[in-house]
Amino acid sequence: MNYTTHSPTPHTHTPGNVNQFMRQVLLAMLPGVVVLHYFFGAGVLFNVFVAMAVALAAEAWMLRLRKKPMRLFLSDCSALITAALIAVSLPVGVPWWLVAVGAFFAIVIVKHLYGGLGQNVFNPAMAAYALLLVAFPMQMTSWPAPAGEFHAAPSFVESLRLFLGLASSDINAIDAMSAATPLDTLKIEVNLGYTAPEAMTQLHWGAWQWLNLAWLVGGVYLLLKRIIRWYIPVSMLAGMLVVASLFYFIAPDRVAAPPFYLFSGATMICAFFIATDPVTAATSPKGQIIYGAGIGILLYLIRVLGGYPDGVAFAVLLMNLTVPTIDYYTKTRVYGHPAS
Amino acid sequence: MQYKNIATQGLWQNNPALVQLLGLCPLLAITNTAINGLALGLATTLVLAGTNTTVSLTRRMIAPEIRLPAFVIIIACFVTALELTTHAFFYGLYLSLGIFLALITTNCAIIGRAEAFASKNACLPAFFDGVMHGIGFTIVLVLLGGMRELLGTGKILTDANLLFGERASSWSITLFSNYPDFLFALLPPGAFIALGLLLALKNWIDSKMQQRASVAKQQTTSSTTNTSSTPA
Repeated sequence: MNYTTHSPTPHTHTPGNVNQFMRQVLLAMLPGVVVLHYFFGAGVLFNVFVAMAVALAAEAWMLRLRKKPMRLFLSDCSALITAALIAVSLPVGVPWWLVAVGAFFAIVIVKHLYGGLGQNVFNPAMAAYALLLVAFPMQMTSWPAPAGEFHAAPSFVESLRLFLGLASSDINAIDAMSAATPLDTLKIEVNLGYTAPEAMTQLHWGAWQWLNLAWLVGGVYLLLKRIIRWYIPVSMLAGMLVVASLFYFIAPDRVAAPPFYLFSGATMICAFFIATDPVTAATSPKGQIIYGAGIGILLYLIRVLGGYPDGVAFAVLLMNLTVPTIDYYTKTRVYGHPAS
Repeated sequence: MQYKNIATQGLWQNNPALVQLLGLCPLLAITNTAINGLALGLATTLVLAGTNTTVSLTRRMIAPEIRLPAFVIIIACFVTALELTTHAFFYGLYLSLGIFLALITTNCAIIGRAEAFASKNACLPAFFDGVMHGIGFTIVLVLLGGMRELLGTGKILTDANLLFGERASSWSITLFSNYPDFLFALLPPGAFIALGLLLALKNWIDSKMQQRASVAKQQTTSSTTNTSSTPA
């Protein structure tokens, strides 16, 4: 029997294949990588390089173990996207082994042990991020100070030394280099008893605005190219905006104005690149709106009420858990059958 | 023959930790070092041997309707005795095992053996069954503890002095110096993943053995058909 020729209607037409989609995503990540490179030095390039190399090697190894066609799955670039997402969400300046552990865990444990491409319950990149955050809290929370008027981005050689772990023996050097991110600063200052507007004068938000703007540009490109649909990004940002406005309305001295949360941390990369992962997100449009809004709300709550300064990984993983339930209740009705 | 069967059941085919997946709470919580795993495994083995023997001896006295409460009381007696002994003679170990020593009472592996085996068999087989299941459980605890300790801290056999006295404090081996602690392996999620890997390893070995057995069987059947066909 030949299954390929006459499948029942409706026939959806998709331009291109998985491979082309994934290449577009990688292309859309370029602005973000450029901004990261501008503010934090060449470390991001090393992160991307090692993450991709380890991810590809791990993917090949697992494909061989599972006796799957190697060339087909290796060339679909999905492992490269996972690797790139891990690499750009890690703090710039982490040692190489940390990147390697993350990429290996994402591909081997989170993706292939759950059944490979299309079967994994959790977003591999975010599960790896959560693993690294739990396992190496010190390295994972020390972002270098962004380049600015006081401070230049580390040179290529400096970045390389940091990456290879040659410079890490000198704790003072790292301390001098690293700086609290805006979300960190806000949290610390508010906990110290300052009001949020006072804390806002203490922090340097500029680099993070640029970074989020770059992810937004990449995201809009993906939307225009119809690689992703608007449901998840828009509902996520809207969900975040609504809770942020509510909190701001109730306690304006405890939380910053809503735009601050939209353009700091990893909000934009989460909205357009992470939450939109087709495998782990909800499937129907209604479901995707619920899923996205859930991520936005959780992300805000973790940032404001939780222990960690940013909460993208946890928000996404928690909503990944709810996807089967969301899908169950938002099934599209089959034509001709009554609504169940 | 019966004893050999009991041994393979306890150590491999019906291993409490790898096949029945019983007693996961202590299994996951305590196995952050090999020594902790060994200590809890030995404690569980002692309790299992004691309760199995006692349950077997009293199996005709206990009315079936109230057998579970009776089993629990017997188990609790042994655990309390063991806990007090540990408190008196291995104080460091007592501190490091904490509540999980007392929680052996609620380990389903123990009441499972009492119900499934000891209450239906004579004293000596019951004792042997308890020891074998205890050893099977201990091996898994030590393996898991060793794996997590090695991945988490880069050392192995730390705190051996808690179990073996002061002369054992030098047993600790540092395999990687300057190892950045991989906290994840020491936390509960690491335990779940490590246990999953051990289960996969056991299933893999089982499937390999089955393959080999079926190949051997095929060879013997084909050779017998050959020999039977030649005279004809």
